[in-house]
Amino acid sequence: MSASPASRPHAARNTLLRMIAGRIGAAFLTLILVSLVVFTISDLLPGDAAQEALGQSATPAQVAALRHEMGLDRPAYVRFGSWITGLAGGDAGQSLVANMPVGEIIRERLPNSLLLAALTTLVAVPLALTIGISSAMNRGGRLDRALNVATLSMVALPEFLVATIAVLIFSVKLRWLPSISMLPEQATWGQFFETFAMPVFSLCVVVIAQMARMTRAAVIDQLDRPYVEMALLKGLSPARVVIRHVLPNAVGPIVNAMALSLSYLLGGAIIVETIFNYPGLASLMVNAVTSRDMPLLQACAMIFCAVYLLLMLLADVTAIVANPRLRSA
Amino acid sequence: MIGDGSSPFSRRDLLGAALGAGMVATAGGILVPAASLAAARPQPRQGGRIKAATMSLSTADTLDPAKGSLSSDYVRHFMLYNCLTELDRTLRARAGLAVRMESSDQRVWHVRLRSGVTFHDGRSLTSADVVYSLLRHKEPATASKLAAIAEQFRTVRADGPLDLTIELGGANADLPVILAQSHFAIIPAGEKAFRTGNGTGPYRLAAFTPGVRTLGRRNADYWKPGKPYLDEIELIGIPDEVSRVNALLSGDIHMALAVNPRSTRRVNASPRHLVRETPSALYTNLIMRQDQLPTSSGHFVAGMKYLMDRPLIKRALFRNYATIANDHPIPPFHPYYRAGLPQTALDLDKARWHFRKAGIGTTRLPLYASTAAEGSVDMASILQEYGARAGLNLSVSRVPADGYWSTHWMKHPLGFGNTNPRPTADLIYSLFYKSDAPWNESGWQNPRFDRLLVEARGEPDDARRKQLYGEMQGLVRDRCGVGIPVFISLLDGYDRRLKGWHPVPLGGFMGYAFAEHLWWED
Repeated sequence: MSASPASRPHAARNTLLRMIAGRIGAAFLTLILVSLVVFTISDLLPGDAAQEALGQSATPAQVAALRHEMGLDRPAYVRFGSWITGLAGGDAGQSLVANMPVGEIIRERLPNSLLLAALTTLVAVPLALTIGISSAMNRGGRLDRALNVATLSMVALPEFLVATIAVLIFSVKLRWLPSISMLPEQATWGQFFETFAMPVFSLCVVVIAQMARMTRAAVIDQLDRPYVEMALLKGLSPARVVIRHVLPNAVGPIVNAMALSLSYLLGGAIIVETIFNYPGLASLMVNAVTSRDMPLLQACAMIFCAVYLLLMLLADVTAIVANPRLRSA
Repeated sequence: MIGDGSSPFSRRDLLGAALGAGMVATAGGILVPAASLAAARPQPRQGGRIKAATMSLSTADTLDPAKGSLSSDYVRHFMLYNCLTELDRTLRARAGLAVRMESSDQRVWHVRLRSGVTFHDGRSLTSADVVYSLLRHKEPATASKLAAIAEQFRTVRADGPLDLTIELGGANADLPVILAQSHFAIIPAGEKAFRTGNGTGPYRLAAFTPGVRTLGRRNADYWKPGKPYLDEIELIGIPDEVSRVNALLSGDIHMALAVNPRSTRRVNASPRHLVRETPSALYTNLIMRQDQLPTSSGHFVAGMKYLMDRPLIKRALFRNYATIANDHPIPPFHPYYRAGLPQTALDLDKARWHFRKAGIGTTRLPLYASTAAEGSVDMASILQEYGARAGLNLSVSRVPADGYWSTHWMKHPLGFGNTNPRPTADLIYSLFYKSDAPWNESGWQNPRFDRLLVEARGEPDDARRKQLYGEMQGLVRDRCGVGIPVFISLLDGYDRRLKGWHPVPLGGFMGYAFAEHLWWED
C-alpha cells in the first residue's frame, strides 16, 4: 500500500466506494424481494390475525368485525402496497395484536438482541481466532488434534442441549446463576455477568466452532504458499509470519465465515431466547408468526435480512481493504 | 379462610331470603366479610417478596380488565382490582365489593356496596364506579372479552352512593358468580387510559412493562383487615414449560403456573418445592359432528363412548392428575353434579355391536388431533388401538397446533376440542351445548335440552335447579356427539414457604387470585 503512487489509493478508494454504493442498491432490491416473498408466504398460512386474536372462542361475526378493523378484508396487494409505502416514509405500521406501533415494540426488543449478539461476538471472535490460528500453526500436533476434537464436538452439540444442561448444572444444582435472563433495571456488573453468562456461553458454543474451523482452514491454506516458506527462510519467527504475512491474506475467508456465523446471532438466537426467557427479537418474530401479526413479522424479517446483508458487505469490504489485490477485481 | 361454611355468599341463601319475602335483610342480606374469617386460621405473617411466573408473555398484556385474555392478565387484574363478588373453592360467590346482592325474580338485582373502600389514588368507591365498570362492557369500543355476557345487562343504575340496581334482559340466578370474573373488576368511573392500574385491590402497581413484567407493592390501605400479606409480587411470563420449572427449582421464581404432569416428579423430588393440584372442569373432548356422515349415527356415537379407556387416559396421559368424566361437562366436585348417572366404561363388545348397527364396516375414518387440544394426539392413538379391536378403522391425522382452532376445530366429522373451565354450568351449556350456540361442537340439536337450559337459568329453587342440570347431564351423556374421557387437573409448582393455598377450580394460582391469600413463611 505504502509503495503505490499517489493516484493509486485514490482510484482504489473510488472503486471501493462504487462497489459499496452498488451493493447497497442491490441490498435494497433484495429487501423488497424478501418482503414480497415473506408477505406472500405468510399470507398462505391458515388463519389470520383476527382469528388468532379471538382464538378458539370466536364467532364468525366477531372475526369479520375484527378483520375489518384490522384492515385484513382488503386485497393482499393493497395491504402490501400500503405497508411498503408506509415503510418508505419511516412508518413500520401498527401491530395488529399489541395495538402499538411496530417501531415501538422493535425499539424495546432490538437493543436486547444487539446486546446479546455483541457480547457473544466479543467473547467468540477472539476465542475462535486464537483456537483457529494456534491449531493451524500446530497442524498435526497434539494441540491441533485436541482442538479439532473439541471444535467438532461443539459443532455436533445442539445449543438447546448445551443450554439446558448448563441450566441444570449451574442454576438448578449449584444455584450459582439465574435460570432466566431478566436484567434488573439498575444492574450491577455482577448481575450483568450472571444474567448473560449462560446465554452467551450457549451461543458461543454454536458459533466459535464454525469460525475456528474456517480460520484454521484459511490459515493452513496460506501456510502452504511459497511466500511463507520464503519468510521463514528469511529467518522470521513463525508468530510474526502468521500475524504480518499470513493473516492479511487469509482475512477474506475468515471474515466471511465470521459474518455468516454472526448473522446467526440475531435470528438464530431463538432457542437461547426461549430457554432463558430472554426478551429478544427472534422470539418476537416467532410470536408474530403464531399470532399472524403481519406488520411485526415483516419488520422482523426486514431487520434480520438487513443485518445479514450489512454483515456480508462489511466482510467483503474488510477483505478488500486488507488485501489490495482484491481491489482491482 | 374461605369455605369454612359460615355465611357463604351463595345464591341459595340469597334466594331463600328473597323467597321468604320480607326476610331479605336478615337471611341473605347480612354477610360476614370473607376476610374476617381469616382470623380463625393459622396465623399468616406479613412480609416477603415473591416472583410468580405464568405461561403467557405477550405484548398484548393489559391493565384493562375488560380486555384480559391470558392467565397473566387475570392474575394482574386480581392484584390491582376487586370484583363485586369473589369465588370460593366450590365456585360459590362470596361478598367482595358488594356486601349484599339480592333479587326476588333473578332479573332485577339490588346491590349494596361496602362502605369505606378507597381506590389506590385515595378516592372512595361509589355506585357510579360500578355502573361505569359494568356498562362499558356493552360498548363496542371497549372490546370487552365478555361483551356477549354483558349483553344481558339491560340497565345498571345508581340508587344512592352505595346502592345500585342491575336489571337483566332475562332471569339469571348466576349473576353473583358471573360478576366474580376478573373482567368485571371495578375501576374508577371514567377510567380510559389504564396506565396506573388504579383499583381497590390488594396491590398497587409499581411497574408494568407489557410482555416483560408487572410489579405490585402491598396496598397498606386494603379494605380486608390484615391483608394482603406479601410486600411485593413480581409477575413475569415464561412460555417454555421446561424453563419455567427450571426457574422454580433454581429459586429464581417462587410460583410456576401450569406444570406439565411429566414434570411433577421433578418438582416433588425437590425438598423446597411441591406441586399443587386443582381439580378443574378443563377437558379435551372427542367431537363427532351430527351433521356429517358417518358420525351423525347415534350408534356410532354410543360406540365411540364405549371405546374410551378412561382410567388409562387418566393414568398414562395425565399421571393420575385428572378426574374420570362421563361424557358431559359437569365435574364431580360441581354443586350441580348428578351423582346417580351410570358411568360409561370401556366395553369393546358393546362398541363392536354399535359399530355394526351403524354400518360403517372397515371404511377408513380420519380422526383429527393436534397438540392444540391438550392430550388429543395420545387420546387419538388410544382410540385407534381399541377401535381396531372393535372392528373400526380409524386413522389419526395429526395437524399442527398453529391455526388449529380456525382451520380444523369443528370442521371434520371426527376431531377434538378443548374447553376451559367456566364459572357456571349455565355458561358452559349455553356456549357449547345449546342447539344454536356458536361453539355447539358436535352440532347436536336437542329442543328438550334448550328448554331445560332456559328454565334452569331463572329457577329460584336450588334443589329444582340441580335436578334440571342433572337431566341435562344425562341428555348430553346419552345423545350429544361429544365424548369427554377425563377432566384435566390444573397443576402449579410452588415454593414450600408459600402458605395459605387452597384450590379454586376455575384456574391455577387459586383461580388466578392468589395475590391476597398467600403468605411467606421461612
